[in-house]
Amino acid sequence: MRKMLAAVSRVLSGAAQKPASRVLVASRNFANDATFEIKKCDLHRLEEGPPVTTVLTREDGLKYYRMMQTVRRMELKADQLYKQKIIRGFCHLCDGQSFPPLTQEACCVGLEAGINPTDHLITAYRAHGFTFTRGLSVREILAELTGRRGGCAKGKGGSMHMYAKNFYGGNGIVGAQVPLGAGIALACKYNGKDEVCLTLYGDGAANQGQIFEAYNMAALWKLPCIFICENNRYGMGTSVERAAASTDYYKRGDFIPGLRVDGMDILCVREATRFAAAYCRSGKGPILMELQTYRYHGHSMSDPGVSYRTREEIQEVRSKSDPIMLLKDRMVNSNLASVEELKEIDVEVRKEIEDAAQFATADPEPPLEELGHHIYSSNPPFEVRGANQWIKFKSVS
Amino acid sequence: MAAVSGLVRRPLQQVSGLLKRRFHRTAPAALQVTVRDAINQGMDEELERDEKVFLLGEEVAQYDGAYKVSRGLWKKYGDKRIIDTPISEMGFAGIAVGAAMAGLRPICEFMTFNFSMQAIDQVINSAAKTYYMSAGLQSVPIVFRGPNGASAGVAAQHSQCFAAWYGHCPGLKVVSPWNSEDAKGLIKSAIRDNNPVVVLENELMYGVPFELPAEAQSKDFLIPIGKAKIERQGTHITVVAHSRPVGHCLEAATVLSKEGVECEVINLRTIRPMDIETIEASVMKTNHLVTVEGGWPQFGVGAEICARIMEGPAFNFLDAPAVRVTGADVPMPYAKILEDNSIPQVKDIIFAIKKTLNI
Repeated sequence: MRKMLAAVSRVLSGAAQKPASRVLVASRNFANDATFEIKKCDLHRLEEGPPVTTVLTREDGLKYYRMMQTVRRMELKADQLYKQKIIRGFCHLCDGQSFPPLTQEACCVGLEAGINPTDHLITAYRAHGFTFTRGLSVREILAELTGRRGGCAKGKGGSMHMYAKNFYGGNGIVGAQVPLGAGIALACKYNGKDEVCLTLYGDGAANQGQIFEAYNMAALWKLPCIFICENNRYGMGTSVERAAASTDYYKRGDFIPGLRVDGMDILCVREATRFAAAYCRSGKGPILMELQTYRYHGHSMSDPGVSYRTREEIQEVRSKSDPIMLLKDRMVNSNLASVEELKEIDVEVRKEIEDAAQFATADPEPPLEELGHHIYSSNPPFEVRGANQWIKFKSVS
Repeated sequence: MAAVSGLVRRPLQQVSGLLKRRFHRTAPAALQVTVRDAINQGMDEELERDEKVFLLGEEVAQYDGAYKVSRGLWKKYGDKRIIDTPISEMGFAGIAVGAAMAGLRPICEFMTFNFSMQAIDQVINSAAKTYYMSAGLQSVPIVFRGPNGASAGVAAQHSQCFAAWYGHCPGLKVVSPWNSEDAKGLIKSAIRDNNPVVVLENELMYGVPFELPAEAQSKDFLIPIGKAKIERQGTHITVVAHSRPVGHCLEAATVLSKEGVECEVINLRTIRPMDIETIEASVMKTNHLVTVEGGWPQFGVGAEICARIMEGPAFNFLDAPAVRVTGADVPMPYAKILEDNSIPQVKDIIFAIKKTLNI
């Protein structure tokens, strides 16, 4: 045993200039995985739900932790940049503001953990976290927020219009993304590749008529669409009780089976997503998931978030469930990771965000000559009119 | 012996005659094809050519299309490619756009474009703007088609022309066929185009037969989007129209020709991107301009043409102000006498031309 430890520490200390604590950490025996109990989901038109226990491997745990911290820190940084007026317009953040932040990171990381990269995802305008979990870098996300040429949409889209492979935004019109998602699911079925589409919307959007039109067609045609309602209990300033005659969002699909999931527990989200994806892939048609979360922060950067709810309410939720704390506690208590190790990840994430913010602030704005580009796809170049008839911009595809 | 050789010679002559006939090349006859059948053929050919193409809309499959434009397609291609939707314009237009984003090539039919108003957010915000907002990452190869504008006796809610509304928006292409050749060539180009294309058909034209020239019978016949056609050459005045009014302009031109006035009639074919160059070249030749459209006068297609003519080289060639002939500035009434006087008639076009020419 001692020989093995010595060998390991020799290898590690020779491998890189890591601090001594790193060697100690690496030479500790971590568990490979651990089993956790997760909350049972409420079910609608389903005989069985997702399992109530799940296995988390050390590798996955570290990955989820890093991803959630990255999303949180990225959103906090966006918050900061917005207050400095370096980000303009709308900035709908995926996270809470101060101490401790309580947010929706578990949703984007948990959902991604339950599907394949070849599956599809579409959401509304609170999209930065998903843009990251679907594969884009913090750099290109922040640079898009600051409207620079290095942004993922070259500064043409902004906060609400970010796209990646198998990620269809980023959509500004509340509810419009839901029929789009059903359409992506139609393409999945049409192509016959067993892919599914996660179609997200909020508790506010859940009252949009077009969502019910999408439910109807998805069920009729058995589209592999997972409708996901992220219920953070407030549509802007209107609490769910004041907006919906029925706040059981997981039942609103009526003839579509549904489950209500603890959206603050990433493992719960992951298991529910796996369950829902398997359901869709088996050809049974659409399914609905309600993720119960809490929006500690205001609706967007222009909303302090206290005119329509009490500070006591915010405090109470704040102190009970922070998804990152929850994962951290689980991992440390089950010997999947050490506190120091996780702290190191924090440090690395912070640096990554700092570097990205630096880039996002220093990168130049897109060149004016590109104002007219990307009107049409696969088109020969043509001219686009500017503010008067003498100002012309070239437009290439 | 002579009798026998006679017996042999005749069949041989007949055979060689037959052989001659088989190798004798004749030009393919120009066919009479209605606009409806031309659109049907165009869609059929594109469905066959590319399996990513599919059609969805109300009554398009088992009913053969509300106006029978998709007759026979469901029988040929089945449920997967020809899809009947519930009455949910916003929902199925959004589904069609999503399918296009994911790589399919949907043809989304609106039973009439009046109903597209319910889905207009999906057409503009989800389809038209996306390629730009994504800086070229996400294209939306979709066709929105259906009858547009006035019909006969269907009253105000079923008679609106949407050329100006859709023509207003960057990111969209908008075409407006008049005859069968237009209909076939433009629907095929629209389906092959990687952008959202709005195809404004006309219900009153569906049943009208036109001669389909030989080249238009080819499966690869396409009409380029963005190019107008000069239907009739003339020297005294330029008359520009789109859709059904093109026919009325040609009628007016025939009448005026007898009085010695030669009109140059331009069929716009595409609303956006508009081929202003063809109009300018014509105006620089004729020095007079009349625009004709079925839609309302304010902020319409004619208004746009006039503005652009003023801004371009052709203005200095005008001998008179450009004039617009449009639908009346009222919601479409029902009674026949009222309806007839709410859309541009041949006499209204002739009057406007004579006024412009001061004759």
